[in-house]
Amino acid sequence: MGDLPQQPTLKAPLLFISVLLIASCGLIYELVAGTLSSYLLGDSVTQFSTVIGVYLSAMGLGSWLSKFLQRGLARRFVDLELAVALVGGFSAPILFQAFAHTHAFRVVLYGEVLAVGTLVGLEIPILMRILKDQVRFKDLVAGVLTLDYIGALFASLLFPLLLMPKLGLVRTSLLFGLLNAAVGLWSTHLLKSQLGPTRMLRLRCVVVLVLLAVGLAFAGKFTLAVEEEIFADEIVYARDSPYQRIVLTRGRGSFQLFLNGNLQFSSADEYRYHEALVHPAFGLRPDARRVLICGGGDGLAVREVLKHPSVQEVVLVDLDPAMTDMARKQPMVRQLNGASLDDPRVQVVNADAMVWLQEATGPPFDLAFVDFPDPNTYALGKLYTSRFYRLLRRRLTDEAMVTVQSTSPLMARESFWCIAATMEAAGLKVRPYHLAVPSFGVWGFALASKREFEVPTRVLPGLRHLSDAATAAMFAFPRDMDRVPVPVNRLDNQVLVHLYAREWRRWS
Amino acid sequence: MRRRDFLAATAASALPLACRRRPEFPFTGELVGPDLALGHWLRGGSFPDPERFEPVSVLIVGGGVAGLSAAWRLAGAGLEDFRVLELEREPGGTSRSGRNHVSAFPWAAHYLPVPDRGNQAVLRLLKDCGVLGGFDARGNPLFAEEATVRAPEERLFAYGQWWEGLYLRAGASGEDERQYHAFFEEVDRWAAFRDGRGRPAFSIPRSRCSDVPAIRSLDSISFGAWLDARSLTSPRLRWLLDYACRDDYGSRLDTTSAWAGLFYFAARKQGPGEDSRPLLTWPQGNGFLVDHLRRASGARLRCGVMATSIRAQKDGLLVTAWDALNQRRLGFQAQRVIFAGPQHVARHVVEGLHAARPASVRIRNAPWLVANLTLRDRPKESSFPLAWDNVPRDSEALGYVVATHQSLQDHGPTVWTWYKPFAGPDCDAERARLRALDWPACARMVMDDLRPAHPDLESLVAHLDVMRWGHAMVRPAPGLLWDPEFLALARPFGNVHFAHTELSGLALFEEAQDHGIRAAEEVLAALGHRDGSWR
Repeated sequence: MGDLPQQPTLKAPLLFISVLLIASCGLIYELVAGTLSSYLLGDSVTQFSTVIGVYLSAMGLGSWLSKFLQRGLARRFVDLELAVALVGGFSAPILFQAFAHTHAFRVVLYGEVLAVGTLVGLEIPILMRILKDQVRFKDLVAGVLTLDYIGALFASLLFPLLLMPKLGLVRTSLLFGLLNAAVGLWSTHLLKSQLGPTRMLRLRCVVVLVLLAVGLAFAGKFTLAVEEEIFADEIVYARDSPYQRIVLTRGRGSFQLFLNGNLQFSSADEYRYHEALVHPAFGLRPDARRVLICGGGDGLAVREVLKHPSVQEVVLVDLDPAMTDMARKQPMVRQLNGASLDDPRVQVVNADAMVWLQEATGPPFDLAFVDFPDPNTYALGKLYTSRFYRLLRRRLTDEAMVTVQSTSPLMARESFWCIAATMEAAGLKVRPYHLAVPSFGVWGFALASKREFEVPTRVLPGLRHLSDAATAAMFAFPRDMDRVPVPVNRLDNQVLVHLYAREWRRWS
Repeated sequence: MRRRDFLAATAASALPLACRRRPEFPFTGELVGPDLALGHWLRGGSFPDPERFEPVSVLIVGGGVAGLSAAWRLAGAGLEDFRVLELEREPGGTSRSGRNHVSAFPWAAHYLPVPDRGNQAVLRLLKDCGVLGGFDARGNPLFAEEATVRAPEERLFAYGQWWEGLYLRAGASGEDERQYHAFFEEVDRWAAFRDGRGRPAFSIPRSRCSDVPAIRSLDSISFGAWLDARSLTSPRLRWLLDYACRDDYGSRLDTTSAWAGLFYFAARKQGPGEDSRPLLTWPQGNGFLVDHLRRASGARLRCGVMATSIRAQKDGLLVTAWDALNQRRLGFQAQRVIFAGPQHVARHVVEGLHAARPASVRIRNAPWLVANLTLRDRPKESSFPLAWDNVPRDSEALGYVVATHQSLQDHGPTVWTWYKPFAGPDCDAERARLRALDWPACARMVMDDLRPAHPDLESLVAHLDVMRWGHAMVRPAPGLLWDPEFLALARPFGNVHFAHTELSGLALFEEAQDHGIRAAEEVLAALGHRDGSWR
């Protein structure tokens, strides 16, 4: 730097470090927006392409706009850092909220990307102009651009390896907002000679830092609700009820229902599942009149039940009014279940099935179908205990049949047989069976009655999957799914929750 | 306290409890019994005799578990001519319960360990209640699934999150683990012990325990000193054991007898090396058992009635009492009295007792604060889920039990029962501290204690009622349990028989029941009823 005039010295090498930092921050915001829109809208190629395109062109816009900034560049730079910190830092929380609460997610998304891109585009030109009198031009360009690209490399490695798995999107974006604001605060020190009075500027920096820190402290609140679900397809319906998060996705010619991120059905093959749940029991009691369904708020089991002309009354007990409400009103689901929940023979009760069984009175049922989500929490596990089956047994006629969805005999073999053993402990005779449901894999059910019975060999004609021969075949168990010794699932041990967690961990 | 003050206090407390809104809290609540004014009025005055003395074979003073068990035993022997007088408006003592639009809930004692097959009295009661389902092939009792504590049973709040169980395994060092196992091996050793007459070292009720010197000598030191002597210094282990002392005895490691400390663990073992006995519980806690026991008394149970004097006559006992609900004096002429209240009351009421039994034995009762919180909804949580018993580690309180856990309600409104023993060394000072707390101070104490684990709780609480128990449970301080003078307190004084869990030095349902049955059987024998023992 020997031949340069002696200006009031800036700390040029340190300012180069801030280039590295702001370059990382800039790329992180881009990655956050791309990832988030891929999660929420599906089709990651389109989402990333459009986000990157809009972002880069916005940076171009920012660079072009930089020429209109004339005076007080150092002060502008600090303000710019604070603006990036706020807009970029809060980008992930704002986008999640926009998705959950507005119908204009894409507008907010591209608006956000445009804003962050423009601001980031302003950063480097302004910084270069601040440094131009300090550093020779060729050194300046080489230094700034080198660090700009290296910063981008840091960010692109950190993001998938560390930030996403450890922090998630919301915390990552807030953390890098903090970093931008910190660069702003640091710059008030580095650029002191060009700034004049810095008190108010520093105060602004502190305010922004505090805002972001508070955001970070409360980030846990909605990251759990939103980020833990990573869906492959476009979300067409999402609702948080007091009991669960209900999400419908659409893609590849079918649609899917998820509860708390767990697939409940795909419209492509749910007929296999629901035919297998309902019709074998009817094969043994073709004259059944009163039918109980526990769970099954999607109305699909009811659809199958109503195919039987003998049925006069169906009581469906499902915990969540949001679920049965969606099954009635959401057009795709309503079409799939044939508006079964609005059939005059159907009575919908929104209650915890076990509490309802404890208190219920009224005539006993000829058939019962138990279609709960898999036992992955204690609150669900209780619905698979001997106490539950005893309560259920009390509400059945002596000739009644019961079918219980009982997870996969292949993926969770012990869990599957634990359910059968628990039903036996409650005094039921049990004949388990299984079939393939491509969305789930090999899936199992337990058919039971108070008395010994022969497996069904006839089903309603005209079904899509089940025939007489296919029905009988479901009751044979190949060796890798055959019975294993298992404990009984009781309220006071809830062994099934532990078994189930252990077995499914192997597959995830 | 003068008579007029007492009348005013009684009248005020008899009014239906209005739901007063409290300005500094977003929820309502009250201080509810036990009636401190009524109880303490005894100390003051003299009482004119009533005009009439109702003749009765047996008068039971006290409608807690001991008194109700005595009545249950008398009725079981066909002796129907008895009355039970209970000071409070509801019977049950520290097994009382309450109920609101959300759930029934306990006011203190809330579980019973499954009895072993030798505990005939508890088995008989549980069979009466429909909880005993039969016996397995080995002759061990089987209990109704719905009465056995539902999993998950316990969780601990530490390091900002909830963990399964009460012993914090996460982060335990190898030495912590070693000491944990060393302690429970010691417990197993005691669980396996049988004396020359085949009696176990520790069993429930304690009347079945061995009294050989090797066992009795455990009572001469504190549990803390016993642990020190074995170099059991692991902070995690000692936290667990101190928690057990606070929970069952209202005292700390250094104020609890080593005998009592080991009793807590060894008496609950199914056998050496086996798990602890499962617990039986109900939404209303042991109120479920009280509801059953009180049926044996029926209309012979009189609540809101305080015995004011018991004096011997030529042919029996004259008892005076004050019926606070109807504001009148009552008199009874009884052949026998079962005094089923604490000794500090007996000394005021039973004439001559004070002089005949000098107070060289000092029974100390720990005060407790119990709060019932009615919640509109459950707090949002993400670590180990809500259990039956939920304990914050860094607290002097014991946490809370969830009343709706056993009724299987996993969503929506619930009632939490929060417990805090005042476990400081000086019971009188602790009692003074408790009495000084008004409702806002209690509510603040509860909310401050729960806030770290549930920051959003305050907005979910609809109602918070508080019970201040001045004499909640006897403390098994070192030296008390096997003191001959202490044990002699259970002996009859003339025609007055004594029954109370305090006489065991251990505040347990089974002890109260055992003393109630013993006293009733003493009376049955004295009155010439021939009936085998239920003990």
